[in-house]
Amino acid sequence: MQASPNQGLSVNITAGASATKESAAPLPMRMTISKLNFFYGSKQILFDINMGIADKRVTSLIGPSGCGKSTLLRILNRMHETVANSRLSGEILLDQQNILAQDVTALRRRVGMVFQRPNPFPKSIFDNVAYGPKINGAKTPIAEVVEQSLRHAALWEEVKDQLHKSAYDLSGGQQQRLCIARALAVEPEVLLLDEPCSALDPISTAKIEELLVELKNLTTIAIVTHNMQQAARVSDFTAFVLTGQMIEFHPTPQLFTTPSDPRTEAYITGRFG
Amino acid sequence: MATANPTLPSAGPATGSRSFLSKLREGDEIARLITFLFATSVVLITILLVYELWINSALARQKFGLHFFVTQVWDPVLDEYGALPFIFGTLMTSSIALLIAVPLGIGASIFLAELAPARISDTLQFFIDLLAAVPSVIYGLLGVFIVVPLMRTVIFPALNKPFGYLPIFKGPSYGVGFFTAGIVLAIMVIPYIISVSREVLLSVPRDQREAALALGSTRWESTWKVVVPFAKTGIMGSIFLALARALGETMAVTMVIGNTPIISASLFSPGDTIASVIANQFTEATGDLYLQSLVALGLVLFLLTFILNGLARLLIVLTTQKGSEVTNR
Amino acid sequence: MSARLRWRKFLSNFMLTLTGICAFVSVAVLFFILGYLVFNGGTSVNWAFFTQLPKPVGEVGGGMANAIVGSAKLLLAASLLGVPIGFFGGIYLAEFSGATVASVVRYAADLLNGVPSIVIGIFAYSMVVLPFKHFSTLAGAFALGLMMIPITLRSTEEFLGAVPRMLREGAMALGASKWKTITSVVVPAAYRGILTAILLALARVAGETAPLLFTAFGNRFWSQGWGQPTASLPVMIFTYAVSPYEDWHRQAWAAGLVLLGLILIINILARTILSRGIAAPRS
Repeated sequence: MQASPNQGLSVNITAGASATKESAAPLPMRMTISKLNFFYGSKQILFDINMGIADKRVTSLIGPSGCGKSTLLRILNRMHETVANSRLSGEILLDQQNILAQDVTALRRRVGMVFQRPNPFPKSIFDNVAYGPKINGAKTPIAEVVEQSLRHAALWEEVKDQLHKSAYDLSGGQQQRLCIARALAVEPEVLLLDEPCSALDPISTAKIEELLVELKNLTTIAIVTHNMQQAARVSDFTAFVLTGQMIEFHPTPQLFTTPSDPRTEAYITGRFG
Repeated sequence: MATANPTLPSAGPATGSRSFLSKLREGDEIARLITFLFATSVVLITILLVYELWINSALARQKFGLHFFVTQVWDPVLDEYGALPFIFGTLMTSSIALLIAVPLGIGASIFLAELAPARISDTLQFFIDLLAAVPSVIYGLLGVFIVVPLMRTVIFPALNKPFGYLPIFKGPSYGVGFFTAGIVLAIMVIPYIISVSREVLLSVPRDQREAALALGSTRWESTWKVVVPFAKTGIMGSIFLALARALGETMAVTMVIGNTPIISASLFSPGDTIASVIANQFTEATGDLYLQSLVALGLVLFLLTFILNGLARLLIVLTTQKGSEVTNR
Repeated sequence: MSARLRWRKFLSNFMLTLTGICAFVSVAVLFFILGYLVFNGGTSVNWAFFTQLPKPVGEVGGGMANAIVGSAKLLLAASLLGVPIGFFGGIYLAEFSGATVASVVRYAADLLNGVPSIVIGIFAYSMVVLPFKHFSTLAGAFALGLMMIPITLRSTEEFLGAVPRMLREGAMALGASKWKTITSVVVPAAYRGILTAILLALARVAGETAPLLFTAFGNRFWSQGWGQPTASLPVMIFTYAVSPYEDWHRQAWAAGLVLLGLILIINILARTILSRGIAAPRS
């Protein structure tokens, strides 16, 4: 059955691109969002959002600037709570448990985030990646965790001989991969990326896009991007958000070739945004 | 500048417009000259200050040379002067002050920058700025009538009875001394540590803290392990600033230190600092060598604060630069 | 929740509470000081305090009229020295000067600002007391005026610099000379900040004691003109507080209350003027 935006909790999405029903088994959802409304002060930013983040897949959120896609992403690891005056209603489940009822520190270890601009800590490359495991108490030796994470982020070969240099000595693209490694080091179940390539050059962007496709075998990925081609290249599912509403949520090939909403079509053909 | 504008009477005969414009320019030239003189007078005054300190300490510098720094004797009767007891006293009181003020100050600045909502943070900062405006002599007043008796009747017995065998807690105590002066100084320098550290912490880019939180840090962990280290240089700068203030502090210290040029390991011993010996003895100095030795002490103090202030400013500039560098990548 | 996480959360709450206590203690000190001054000095502030001269040593009673007038004279004369230099120097930096001269002047001002007040006193002694061979109000005012310069200079420069280019260009496009622009447009736009700075500089030097110890020195009687030593509030507080006389202690508290009250009022006034005015650069 096709996913249809505003239809409540049970969202079944098939892995296939065709429109036929009952042709494939439903994919497990790592996270589900139901009836989410979000307010900043008295202003409503998100309106009745319903969607799911499929397990071990890449889901992208696209839409014009200011449509609320980053806000939506940040709610998934409760980063919205760092801003006073915000409130929300609705339910967000991670593995069927409401994330709003859990301890936020524990949640954020399970749902990690990579930010728009690379933001490594003023520490060495090693200490940046080791930060997460250290505070959480890693069972495996930290050096191993660091190496593994850097490998997963396709950065190990470039930095293995300079682990104790400052993270700021790296280029922008390398710093962002470092941030990805840092996030991976705590072994999150879901990794959120908020326009991770917008501050990077095309070559670094391509490297990270390749990386994301590999990473979904490791962890579930949700990515916000203002670059439609990027969404088309890397994601399995795409959600189109416009002025705080979820207009359409479909497997990527379907959304881009046969969008079911005229607004989606207008956006992806470049008529606005 | 003026020729293209139609409202200017530039259309007159060549000589007329030139004299009008040159009159304008002349007025500006005079203004430029006069304000220039005022501005350079600041530079001249500063140079003159150093010069006067230098020549008015000539006798002492020639007689004692560098031995001045290591001589323990300060004897007006024998006309022998050494700076060591005062350098010791200055360092001792400043160290005690920093040991108390730095943890308190940094703790308070963390609260103001990371925890308190903006309005509360600003209000509290307002009060702390007022604390910085309280004159030294008023701190001295409170020192004499509150801290000194407190030291004599409460703090000294509490530390001396159980630990009196340790050199730093040896008695006797009359209430005045290094510890008392250190406490009063600490209260005086806390506002400087707080205001600078708070600003520096507030300038740390938001996404540093967010990155730490997103990795599952508690608020304290993100503050202490990420935000504070990021602002480390600036916080060091605030400490140097506080130290510079403590070194030059005169009145409050003079009133509670006991004014005895002694070098002692005990916190409770009376002592003297460079600033307080100058304050006490300057008007009573008989003889040129005596007076010029005091001026030499003033020169030492000037150099110390000069270096510290320079370092402080450098450190603070370096942090704010780092913050903007990182966010502009 | 694991034990480790529980401990981390506990530690977080504990440490953050500690920082709150640090902030509270720091602010509480201010109120403690004020409270103590009001309590001890409030009862002693009476009409006699403001109108009478000090009584001879050991006698009870008397006041600090001469010290109050002395402080006023010192501040007035200090402003006459410090404010023009700071103000016009600041105008030069903001409006006329090139980068190198500006940085040299700023550096000198910062240096001067960091000089301990007692060292300024030594300088004033050698410049004004030595040549005339006696202490004087002038010497004291010289010392205090010097201390006012850096604050006034830097603030004038900052606030003038914050005035938008458009205002200046508007005036100049109407044919005003540079100086006319400065006096009729730029300075009026920045006056709040500059006034605040002057008030803050005054508040700062009003409480200074050390530089007066061997310049203005002190006086048990009225000081005539500007060439005689004069009593001042801060020095009286010092002298009385360290004396052995109970009555003098009482008067020291009273003087402390009056002095601090004045300084705090000027500070609060200055900051209110600033916050109500145009947006100013944070110092």
